[in-house]
Amino acid sequence: MESTTAPVKPQFSEAAKAEIDRICKQYPEERRKSAMLPVLHIAQAEFGGWVAPEVQDLVAEVLGVKPIEVYEVSTFYTMFNLKPVGKHVLEICRTGPCQLRGSDELTLELERITGAKVGGGPSADGLFTLKEVECLAACGFAPVVQVREKYYEQLDTEASVNAMLSELRTMVHRPALPWEEKGLPNAIANN
Amino acid sequence: MGRKLLTEHINVEGIDTFEVYRKHGGYRSVEKAVKTMTPDEVVEEVKKSGLRGRGGAGFPTGLKWSFLAKPEGVPRYLVCNADESEPGTFKDRQLMSKLPHLLIEGMITSSYALGANTSYIYIRGELLYVLRILEKAIAEAYAAGFLGKNILGSGYDLDLYVHPGGGAYICGEETALLESLEGKRGNPRNKPPFPAVQGLYARPTVVNNVESIAAVPVIVNDGGDEYAKIGVGKSTGTKLISACGHLNKPGIYEIELGVPVEEFIYSDEYCGGIWKGRDLKAVVAGGSSVPILPKELILKTAAGENRLMTYESLSDGGFVTGTMLGSGGFIAMDETTCIVRNTWNFSRFYHHESCGQCSPCREGTGWLEKILHRLEHGHGNERDIDVLASVAKQIEGNTICPLGEAAAWPVSAAIRHFRDEFEWHVRYPQEATRPGAVFPGKAVLA
Repeated sequence: MESTTAPVKPQFSEAAKAEIDRICKQYPEERRKSAMLPVLHIAQAEFGGWVAPEVQDLVAEVLGVKPIEVYEVSTFYTMFNLKPVGKHVLEICRTGPCQLRGSDELTLELERITGAKVGGGPSADGLFTLKEVECLAACGFAPVVQVREKYYEQLDTEASVNAMLSELRTMVHRPALPWEEKGLPNAIANN
Repeated sequence: MGRKLLTEHINVEGIDTFEVYRKHGGYRSVEKAVKTMTPDEVVEEVKKSGLRGRGGAGFPTGLKWSFLAKPEGVPRYLVCNADESEPGTFKDRQLMSKLPHLLIEGMITSSYALGANTSYIYIRGELLYVLRILEKAIAEAYAAGFLGKNILGSGYDLDLYVHPGGGAYICGEETALLESLEGKRGNPRNKPPFPAVQGLYARPTVVNNVESIAAVPVIVNDGGDEYAKIGVGKSTGTKLISACGHLNKPGIYEIELGVPVEEFIYSDEYCGGIWKGRDLKAVVAGGSSVPILPKELILKTAAGENRLMTYESLSDGGFVTGTMLGSGGFIAMDETTCIVRNTWNFSRFYHHESCGQCSPCREGTGWLEKILHRLEHGHGNERDIDVLASVAKQIEGNTICPLGEAAAWPVSAAIRHFRDEFEWHVRYPQEATRPGAVFPGKAVLA
């Protein structure tokens, strides 16, 4: 699976296709567009953690909508990455309650350790992209970082930060999603 | 110790499975409702309970239900708002991940009351792992005959689905949520028509917060009158409070409405006081959009009465000396906190989250962020403080949805109660912007 250059005509895996079929049945038949966000999430997980224009076109095709209907959604919601990302996207909560418990310091520390910059491209080793996000609804366990579907909480000690990073560094496949037998290889490491 | 109506069994091993949840009395409200009550009787109990919307607005749930239009032959929907995104609020995430069946039970009983045969839980996209937990629990409920066709032989059918968002605070606004559920950008709709008449797919729809729905089983089981006995006045029942910031024991607390704020902050039963032995400076009591209050006004009202954790007591004094219970996102700040920095942080949040439809919000939130950034970084001038207050005032009431107010209120309140600290940033920028700087008190301005 390539990630930094999406294939010209990407295709969903059979497992993802089956999952998309299941999801589309949750809405009235003439309202297939309702599956937009769940299908974009599947697309991002399938194609290396971001949704290239070709991937968004595929989503449009699958949902039977115009490509512009996908673009206007993918650019509105902050979870969809529109540029290539590192193997792991660290989404650091920066909102008030996390800031009160040290998220600014955490961000600086993660920039220092990984060499990546918030809002910039992946780190030189391709492992990490740093992204600041707004409130993750985990304020009582601040500061917080989300990586894919996992929350890393109370990252206010060197030990907790190191534990998170070493877990991610040794991860060869991303965790499997419920409809997959096994997680896909972590994209960039596979290049 | 107050009664726990929602979270009594939250720490029971395996309570996230159907079997254990059922063993602890789970799904009784579904049995009672579909077998022995008419839908209207369920609505009546919720009305009697005095339950108020737990997402933040505090609108009576039973009343909201009674507004639902019921044209013959037109499907209607119940949509659960699980887009928990209000800074300071993290109760629904905990409730859903630990007690998924409580929400599902509430959804079934509530859907029956409203005559909905398809219902959705709209959960924020960041919580995909909770969506997996809910979907697993829903599958168990189907297998046990509590969802699907002819539930418990009653003739009532219900399908329940979970739908993820994509990362947008605005989708917590109910009409933005419905747009999002239809696969579009989360732009709030003009009202009227209200969702009760034209909601999801232009059909009659009720949108309720997770915690509101989760309170329905106990109301149906014990009766609305019993529920209403808990609490004070029009603040009935229990409320989940998300306690965070500079507290010794941040976390989720289910309180009987009416606990004194002072007890909630300092007692070991709840937050255990302020961390590091420091003094309390200020509290944002109901999620980032409600007015911040300094210590003396959060503990006691302007009239000197003990402030209670109720809708009425927290709003005593209006916005001059009071605030709101809101979502129950309780953010405590210690004496070293920079109020200007915190206000800037919240303004950055609202600017980032404005959907951009209404110019007062789209532009105004940007100005708020910009001016606060300048003040916090030592480049402000005396006029900035008044300009801030004026921009906030001009956003208020001039937008389609309440995000405008949510962005304006924190700024207005910070200036109202902490103007000296803003002036300190203007007059002594070098001191105020030093790392770790703490406002020394208004004597410094004399």
